[in-house]
Amino acid sequence: MRIGVVTFPGSLDDVDARRAVRLAGAEPVALWHGDHDLKGVDAVVLPGGFSYGDYLRAGAIARFAPVMTEVSDAARGGLPVLGICNGFQILCESHLLPGALIRNDHRKFACLDQVVRIENNATPWTSAYAAGQEVTIVLKNGEGAYVADQHTLDLLEGEGRVVARYLNGNPNGSQRAIAGISNEAGNVVGLMPHPEHAVEDLCGPGTDGLGFFTSAIAALQNA
Amino acid sequence: MARVVVDVMPKPEILDPQGKAVQGALPRLGFQGVSEVRQGKRFELELEGEATEERMAQVHEMAATLLSNPVIEDYDVRVVQ
Repeated sequence: MRIGVVTFPGSLDDVDARRAVRLAGAEPVALWHGDHDLKGVDAVVLPGGFSYGDYLRAGAIARFAPVMTEVSDAARGGLPVLGICNGFQILCESHLLPGALIRNDHRKFACLDQVVRIENNATPWTSAYAAGQEVTIVLKNGEGAYVADQHTLDLLEGEGRVVARYLNGNPNGSQRAIAGISNEAGNVVGLMPHPEHAVEDLCGPGTDGLGFFTSAIAALQNA
Repeated sequence: MARVVVDVMPKPEILDPQGKAVQGALPRLGFQGVSEVRQGKRFELELEGEATEERMAQVHEMAATLLSNPVIEDYDVRVVQ
């Protein structure tokens, strides 16, 4: 099982994401933003960070990176894709996911251990969790407020596409406390908090984040 | 050569935390009577050749695909010279 992690100029969490993939039991594959090549991977993670310095808008320039042509085509073809933080912003800018991420309503960078509830455990990235399970992972963002029009929000709620929701307070002003969503097919998931920072007891708030990666491995094995 | 300006503004219904921060700073500096501040972006594009209908259509495409995100922003295009 091979899971690719894309490195853009300004990605920060690509190494942690590859480490999480390895700890979950898959082979991490480094992918490069400038290559039109997914190296035959079985799933892709777009990691957190500040691709292209967040110039213009977070994710706006990364969306047009050469590798994103292949990621977009593969995502529409059913390849499991997880965008974390900046990766979530890139997926929204790419129109692979609806809505957008704007600056936190309180205007401060948020960095904390965050409890989220897994609202949909039927995606290839969340099947290792129980429906409604509360997990603690790391949240760190400046532009993490999820916004979309009311119709889109109702659609996401109605179709069970709100994958994770913030509990114990809304850390960034996201509408309906949305922490993560999926596309219609469920294979593309965007998540603002960072499961890859919660995969070892030594550092971080525990190992609750590992499930996102073991889920993908299980989904690929069952495919 | 033509100069084209593209103004990009957050949609009215989208919260603008940067504008709010600026608005909050004004009274501290003694400036009163500003009820709202919205912060946007201004792009100045130098076009090779004239601003023909075809070129302007391209500018609109640039504005809609890269310079703005239509989910959260509106844009306005105008030729200034």
